[in-house]
Amino acid sequence: MTVDSTAARKPRGGKRAGAKKPAAGAGEPELVQLLTPEGERVEHPDYAIDVTPEELRGLYRDMVLTRRFDGEATTLQRQGELGLWASLLGQEAAQIGSGRATRDDDYVFPTYREHGVAWCRGVDPTNLLGMFRGVNNGGWDPNENNFHLYTIVIGSQALHATGYAMGITKDGADSAVIAYFGDGATSQGDVAEAFTFAAVYNAPVVFFCQNNQWAISEPTEKQTRVPLYRRAQGYGFPGVRVDGNDVLACLAVTRAALERARTGEGPTFVEAFTYRMGAHTTSDDPTRYRRDEERELWEAKDPILRLRRHLEREGIADEEFFAALETESDALAKRVRETVRAMPDPESTAIFENIYADGHALVDEEREQFIAYQASFADEESK
Amino acid sequence: MATEKLSIVKAINASLRTALENDPKVIVMGEDVGKLGGVFRVTDGLQKDFGEDRVIDTPLAESGIVGTAIGLALRGYRPVVEIQFDGFVFPAYDQIVTQLAKMHARALGKIKLPVVVRIPYGGAIGAVEHHSESPESLFAHVAGLKIVSPSNASDAYWMLQQAIQSDDPVIYFEPKRRYHDRSELDTEAIPGPLHTARTVRPGTDLTLAAYGPMVKTCLEAAAAAAEEGRNLEVLDLRSLSPIDFDAIQASVERTRRLVVVHEAPVFFGSGAEIAARITERCFYHLEAPVLRVGGYHAPYPPSRLEDEYLPGLDRVLDAVDRALAY
Repeated sequence: MTVDSTAARKPRGGKRAGAKKPAAGAGEPELVQLLTPEGERVEHPDYAIDVTPEELRGLYRDMVLTRRFDGEATTLQRQGELGLWASLLGQEAAQIGSGRATRDDDYVFPTYREHGVAWCRGVDPTNLLGMFRGVNNGGWDPNENNFHLYTIVIGSQALHATGYAMGITKDGADSAVIAYFGDGATSQGDVAEAFTFAAVYNAPVVFFCQNNQWAISEPTEKQTRVPLYRRAQGYGFPGVRVDGNDVLACLAVTRAALERARTGEGPTFVEAFTYRMGAHTTSDDPTRYRRDEERELWEAKDPILRLRRHLEREGIADEEFFAALETESDALAKRVRETVRAMPDPESTAIFENIYADGHALVDEEREQFIAYQASFADEESK
Repeated sequence: MATEKLSIVKAINASLRTALENDPKVIVMGEDVGKLGGVFRVTDGLQKDFGEDRVIDTPLAESGIVGTAIGLALRGYRPVVEIQFDGFVFPAYDQIVTQLAKMHARALGKIKLPVVVRIPYGGAIGAVEHHSESPESLFAHVAGLKIVSPSNASDAYWMLQQAIQSDDPVIYFEPKRRYHDRSELDTEAIPGPLHTARTVRPGTDLTLAAYGPMVKTCLEAAAAAAEEGRNLEVLDLRSLSPIDFDAIQASVERTRRLVVVHEAPVFFGSGAEIAARITERCFYHLEAPVLRVGGYHAPYPPSRLEDEYLPGLDRVLDAVDRALAY
């Protein structure tokens, strides 16, 4: 487990009894890293991981296809096919690494940016686009892939994840839950309450925070005075900061956290230290609040580039593999494009559907009035 | 012997007990619901008999209680959540409104949220701030929720059974000032549908429509009016979402006058909705405008003033006089 060392700011009063020695080199705490930005494999004493060449190629494929899907969605927004898109650009390793650590029987509670995790869970990417196109507010069956609906209200799903995990304990099952949220969400009361409930009931839940440095325009310093992963300590469960642009480290750390959950050791907080390369959403303009230099700095740590370097360095993938993947990417993008463009607007009476499981007299009445009102125009037209 | 006379508190307790016995997926959760049995003793003895896994003392965090109840429901449980007092539900309001109410629709019906939120509500108990409020309209305004409030032991028992069996989220408002009123409960009866009103006193001259704690007040007002030769009908609405407008309409078409009574502030209250709809439905039957009696547009007052703030027998009769004077 990563040992905390240097806070973002020095605590008042200077000396702290029992303060651990600072992490090597930087003012920031050390990250769990298994793959350097140059693609060099390094070991970590707590997170040994064996991955076959096939698995490595698989992780690379996941990240490339996710990025391509994401880019295609951004383009579709620009073309007016989607009302909005929240890009995951730059966060592929955090999402694919953690997503691939989950088992089929685990349950995932995403934010609205977990397109890579959805991919890992087997959710058809085109399903994610309905809400951004405005044809539904989610719409997929969460139980089909144990992947809950995207949650837009920041941090709410951390409590749902914790409650679901409490249910797993009651069932005596050995599944686990993973709740995704961002650095901004850690300021929400619901996330704090989720930590409390998870700790008190020792719930099998992993809190996976992608600290992408920005909550729309607010940097992490506006959310916290300490490195986020250290929050966990106060709640009584471990927190670990992982290099969020290192897919292997994210896989290893999440796998270990899920394993802790399964074996009754309770929650873990994982802070995946990463970067939102793009805008918050297609409606956002990051040039108003951050400098290009910062992005350039993070581009050098690109999650896909780093695994590619590793694959090439180790001779794990050849040109044929990369070319085939490019073809597959193109095909995915084409399918996404075509599916979205063909996505019909819902029937207008969908407004009244599924509000209640057992029905509601007022909804029935208003539906009838609505239909009669609509029909009155049809009568006009037929005259 | 299935019929006995007991208090609303005991009836809710019995209903929770029945639900816990009948369905292993039912769980009770909230602050102090375990050893203490809740601050009103509604859950008295349940943890002892059903264990800490099913009757759960939660951390003191209302959003957390409802938020985790949602997660438990997604896992297949049927949580019955207790909010300790009306005025403390607001930290959970976000989870109830943005999550609980919408989730079934967002999933196009593919998941169900059978969560019951029990809220003791209303005043006249001499309490400090935040312990006497009537926030039911703030929930009735939200699609996806169902809102009910019993006024007697039998309804307290059966409406809670039905709320727990419902696959929709139900906010169950408990009339705390009537908690210890005793009335007949038949636990082997066949209850009517949950979202229907009931005529608790037939009459011919005017309809009093109320729910929860105000039903008794209206019955007392009707008794007093009877001494003056006025024959008032009293409707116990029982459900606020949906509202049984058909029953109100049928009554008003006979009595031609309607007064709606609730503790909640009149402004934007449930009486406003009822007045508007009944005016629309019964325009040619009405002999007087629909009148409302309720709380004022003021923070719930210090308890020494609550008798002035809350609708009592005299204020109800005053509205009756005004309606009959048209």
